[in-house]
Amino acid sequence: MTDTSETGPVLAADGTPLKRSLQRALRAQKIRALALIAPLLLFVLLTFIAPIADMLFRSVENEIVSETLPRTVIALQDYSGEETPGEDVFAALYTDLAIATEFKTHTRLGSRLNYEQTGISSLFRKTGRRVKRFATDAYTDQFVALDAAWENPATWVALMAEQDARSALPETASAYAGWTSIVLDDNDDPATEQPADFVYTALYRELAANPDVGAVLENPLLTTAAAAVPDFETVDIRAQFLDVEEDWADTDVWKTIKAFSPNYTPGYFLAAVDLQQTVDGVQQQPEDQRVYMMLFKRTMFMSLAIMASCVLLGYPIAFLLANLSLRTSNLLMILVLLPFWTSLLVRTSAWKVLLQQQGVINDILVWIGLVDDANRLIMMNNQFGTIVAMTHILLPFMILPLYSVMKTIPVTYVRAAKSLGATNWTAFWRVYFPQSVPGIGAGCILVFILAIGYYITPELVGGTTGTFISNRIAYHISSSLNWGLAAALGTILLAVVLLLYWVYDKIVGIDNVSLG
Amino acid sequence: MTSASESGFVVFDRVQKSYDGETLVVKDLNLSIGKGEFLTMLGPSGSGKTTCLMMLAGFETATHGDILLDGKPINNIPPHKRGIGMVFQNYALFPHMTVAENLAFPLEVRKMGKDEREAKVKRALDMVQMGDFGGRRPAQLSGGQQQRIALARALVFEPELVLMDEPLGALDKQLREHMQFEITKLAHDLGITTVYVTHDQTEALTMSDRVAVFDDGRIQQLAPPDELYEAPKNSFVAQFIGENNTLEGVVESINNGRALVRLDGGEVIDATPVNVSKAGERTKVSIRPERVEYNKERLHADAHTLKAEVLEFVYMGDIFRTRLRVAGNEDFVIKTRNAPDQRRLKPGEQIEIGWLPDDCRALDA
Repeated sequence: MTDTSETGPVLAADGTPLKRSLQRALRAQKIRALALIAPLLLFVLLTFIAPIADMLFRSVENEIVSETLPRTVIALQDYSGEETPGEDVFAALYTDLAIATEFKTHTRLGSRLNYEQTGISSLFRKTGRRVKRFATDAYTDQFVALDAAWENPATWVALMAEQDARSALPETASAYAGWTSIVLDDNDDPATEQPADFVYTALYRELAANPDVGAVLENPLLTTAAAAVPDFETVDIRAQFLDVEEDWADTDVWKTIKAFSPNYTPGYFLAAVDLQQTVDGVQQQPEDQRVYMMLFKRTMFMSLAIMASCVLLGYPIAFLLANLSLRTSNLLMILVLLPFWTSLLVRTSAWKVLLQQQGVINDILVWIGLVDDANRLIMMNNQFGTIVAMTHILLPFMILPLYSVMKTIPVTYVRAAKSLGATNWTAFWRVYFPQSVPGIGAGCILVFILAIGYYITPELVGGTTGTFISNRIAYHISSSLNWGLAAALGTILLAVVLLLYWVYDKIVGIDNVSLG
Repeated sequence: MTSASESGFVVFDRVQKSYDGETLVVKDLNLSIGKGEFLTMLGPSGSGKTTCLMMLAGFETATHGDILLDGKPINNIPPHKRGIGMVFQNYALFPHMTVAENLAFPLEVRKMGKDEREAKVKRALDMVQMGDFGGRRPAQLSGGQQQRIALARALVFEPELVLMDEPLGALDKQLREHMQFEITKLAHDLGITTVYVTHDQTEALTMSDRVAVFDDGRIQQLAPPDELYEAPKNSFVAQFIGENNTLEGVVESINNGRALVRLDGGEVIDATPVNVSKAGERTKVSIRPERVEYNKERLHADAHTLKAEVLEFVYMGDIFRTRLRVAGNEDFVIKTRNAPDQRRLKPGEQIEIGWLPDDCRALDA
């Protein structure tokens, strides 16, 4: 400031730039602060953030198809979905399934694809049981009959050791590698075992398609085999599959496999909003299977209803709390907090006792004569029950922020308004209420966000029409084991909350939220 | 003037107030305030002055007695119908409204048209020299600016009576002195009746036409500032207003408006009897520090003098403040003007002090 003509950075007394000097001075302080929060930070990262991130990742992860059926996925690349795929695809599926069956991964894949199309699970199981008994042993026998050397494991070891051979016969090499991994998994030596039928099948198919291979590789064994192959008795692999299960002719099965072959899929998210991925693009689910959008809407509606009833019930109480004498307000405060300290389960169960058809409220109404004994009110296992019970449970979350904000509004504001000529109502509405809005905002955010993810209460008193999306998420986590869909639903819920938070910030301003 | 008279614009007639039904916060208040008068209620905290103001504004109800505004009892009129402007201690500007909205509020609730409203708001803002601040929020203003806005808001609907509850308490000294001047000027220019509550006696003395000194729920003295300062009626007022030296003793005799007081140390001094009536009564004698003289030539020849020892000398710029030990009292203070011929006393020095009997008042013990 002493020299206004100076344009460079401000320097400290020793000539270093002031900014760096300041940073250095503050560094020790920052490190100490970081060290203090490090235990909690690590704890939260390891036990909370990381699992959540992993869970969210599951909503798009889909490596199981390309891992279990790698050859089929490649073979299906150009599949249009108009008809049952050709022999190439079935051959690839045969190799994949033959390997997958050994590792028992085909059942997991079956369950995964079953989420997308029912029936695939049993299709895979059934085929898995039969794939070893396919008639493809005919190829093995014919190769061996042609030259006994094909029976010798050493022949295969030698052939597959050559780089040229592997690149000339890629499918065979891939099948052989798959077979090797099975043998190794059984703790056996591939050099002493005869390859499985699917390896011979792959070799047959490649030699048939490309008779020059033997000549190119200058391998007499292959050359003879290539010459003999056209005369081999052929096995229709497609027919083998169809023989096991007619469904393999169903284009829907193939469309599903193709649609879910990429490593990452929007499928779970689409399912979470009642859409489905087909070869023809994204489409709506059939009408009878659309549940999630309805559930999301219901969750939003009910959370808003609960929030609104909390404001209506909580505002007067908070007002009283803030304006009564300390003695009375302390007593009232204990009454507000008492349910807060009681177990959630107990309170919800209490509402069950009150609301059920043979419950206390109905009994009293019948006793008074307001309600006929035959027509007892249904107040539970529907939306009404959920809204009533949750309003009661979440009410303290509205009252407390409201109270702490109202407590800070000096009585002089209302007095000033009255002295300026405002009636009681005008003074309240024009002067007191606007200043309590931050409390309403805080309470609403708190109640709404808690409500939108509530699980126990809707589960217990919600029945079928009063449940939330969270109940569906819990179902997918614990019963159907479709974690991907559960993760997608959870992610959407999280996104909706963040979006609402953002909208709220835009409209009301998050600075206007005060917890006291 | 302490009794309620029908002529007053604001009249408290035997008003009592109790919050708990056991003790009286305001005991038998009788006060009449004339139209256009600037009256200050002065007193320590808990003396009942704010309660009186709140009763006048309508935020507290009198337990007993009547409050009359322009001849009409207002006990049962709610605050918003009394039409009394009020300035609060912390201004109470509505934080969610702009300055202009704050000012328009009393006009709006009176259903005034938009054009008229805007004109009045503008006039009120100009009146407090805040014309350019209409669009700001109260939080964006300094304390002094908020004070002006609060004042403008209390005046914008042209009330005949304005109440001010320690409005300058939160300001720093310089600003406070400036605002004191502005408020009195405004009140007199507009001819508004003002009731002003403060515990700051300087404020009370400089601003008011009359000051009501409150203590223990009663008005101890109601008088113009000069009278209050120079002729306090009892020792509380003497102590509370300005700096004051007190000497305790017993009245020896009262003759021709002169009392002879024998101090507890045995010395005898002259005093004016105020509320002592007969010999033998205990009394507190009160002398203002600036009325004490130690230059013998300026004292009457027959004046009684006291021996004093200088304990402390403080240079305060315009004046010297010297603390003495007089008749066993170690807090006896004298103030002398910083003039060229003024001698500066040194600690340890032995001097003789005296005063005119008129300046020395024998009050209740």
